[in-house]
Amino acid sequence: MTSVLLPSSAAEAAALYGDGSNVTVIAGGTIVMPTLAGGRTLPGKALVLTRAGLAGITRSGPRTTIGATTRVQELVGLADPLGGCAANVADGEIRAQGTVGGNIRAGAGADAPRGDLQSAFLALDAVVRSTGAGGERTEPLEQFLDADQRLLLDVSFEEPAAGAFAAIEYPHTHAYTVLAVSGCRAQDGTIRLAATGLAGHGARLRSAEALASDPVAAGVAALDDVAFADDAVASSWYRTKTLPVLVRRVLTQLEESA
Amino acid sequence: MNLSVNGVPHNIESAPLTSLLDVLREELQITSAKAGCEQGGCGACTVLIDGEPQRSCLTPVVAVEGAEITTVEGLGTPNDLAPVQQAFTHHYAAQCGFCTSGMMLAAHAYVEHGGTEDREAIQDALGGHVCRCTGYVKIIDAVAAVARGDSFDATLTAAGTRMTNLGGVA
Ligand SMILES: Cc1cc2nc3c(=O)[nH]c(=O)nc-3n(C[C@H](O)[C@H](O)[C@H](O)COP(=O)(O)OP(=O)(O)OC[C@H]3O[C@@H](n4cnc5c(N)ncnc54)[C@H](O)[C@@H]3O)c2cc1C
Ligand code: FES
Ligand code: FES
Repeated sequence: MTSVLLPSSAAEAAALYGDGSNVTVIAGGTIVMPTLAGGRTLPGKALVLTRAGLAGITRSGPRTTIGATTRVQELVGLADPLGGCAANVADGEIRAQGTVGGNIRAGAGADAPRGDLQSAFLALDAVVRSTGAGGERTEPLEQFLDADQRLLLDVSFEEPAAGAFAAIEYPHTHAYTVLAVSGCRAQDGTIRLAATGLAGHGARLRSAEALASDPVAAGVAALDDVAFADDAVASSWYRTKTLPVLVRRVLTQLEESA
Repeated sequence: MNLSVNGVPHNIESAPLTSLLDVLREELQITSAKAGCEQGGCGACTVLIDGEPQRSCLTPVVAVEGAEITTVEGLGTPNDLAPVQQAFTHHYAAQCGFCTSGMMLAAHAYVEHGGTEDREAIQDALGGHVCRCTGYVKIIDAVAAVARGDSFDATLTAAGTRMTNLGGVA
């Protein structure tokens, strides 16, 4: 029998989560609900975040902080890469229900890639504040993506000098993004690139970043940084052919905004 | 647990993580919300939660405690159809009807939020809804008509034939 926990503050959510053992977090539910309804997930405890007060976007100087249960739809309209990336997730109803934390924590689906915001946040060099075993900690998103399950509290980043986003256009009958690339030029001029639609979670494209001044060469080099899978939305062959194009487009957009 | 559906308060007995879709269909016997894919991909289960269209199959009922749920039954009655229901009838925007309740609720919210007759904007608003009878052109015609504020005799189709059966599938 699952016990359902409905915290009404962030502190209560953290206390109820504890070290996370035997806890399934439910935020928007757009990924986790079908697994519960189908009996594939049988949690001992379900932590429902709806009323935990973890939503909201705040700005302090150059830093933007986004709470874990902020809906994806609320990022639409923000500067690229985040705004464009959010607008490209699913459809308006799913975006109004799915959360930023659930997107970052989305496991790589076997049937379709999820967690598109990871590429935008990786390109933004975002840091994640979380709680769990050992208490609260803050770490780069890249590290957090490989960490054991923790309760994500918020994600924050410094506004870049310029940002860009490009994705494969997909037909309306399938709402998942096939492959997407985010890019930023930081205030100090550093170029950062990241992709989703890969075999695992989103990843930085460091080989491409090293060749950023030559968008065509960078596009080809990006293939060294990723692994693809065949899934319901596209083959890995197709993704291999299109990643260089998306990298080139993002770098060209960043150049044009210089 | 309390839930108001179409203005009627209910005391819900299903387990807290039951999907809102199952609560509506199995516990309350409100079958207009359809179970298409039950994984968020089709929009047949969409209902309005405090006026916003959302997939009821992805919503644990505990997360909407105290909210006002609207299904198509709450938009209008057979003798007093809401504009979106009149438009769907008039424009023949339903074939088998399986997607229709979700489509109408999403369309209703779109127009309520000031949506225009721009076809691309309508497509975007209904982007999460699949019509397996592929009647998209008629559906968009109907939504555009409501957004324009057209008024029509709901017993006549756009082609002028008289409608005789306004029944639906359960
Ligand atoms: C039709 C459809 C289309 C979709 N298209 C896209 C798409 O194009 N791109 C895309 O990226 N995604 C897509 N998704 C997947 C999903 O909707 C989004 O990734 C969404 O942002 C997930 O958020 P959620 O709050 O609904 O997650 P939930 O289902 O609530 O949770 C997802 C996972 O994260 C965990 N979790 C949630 N919040 C936290 C937290 N604060 N701390 C720790 N763990 C947490 C949960 O335990 C679960 O394992 C789609 C889904 C559907 C149904
Ligand atoms: S049944 Fe809910 S989206 Fe298909
Ligand atoms: S009318 Fe049959 S699915 Fe749309």
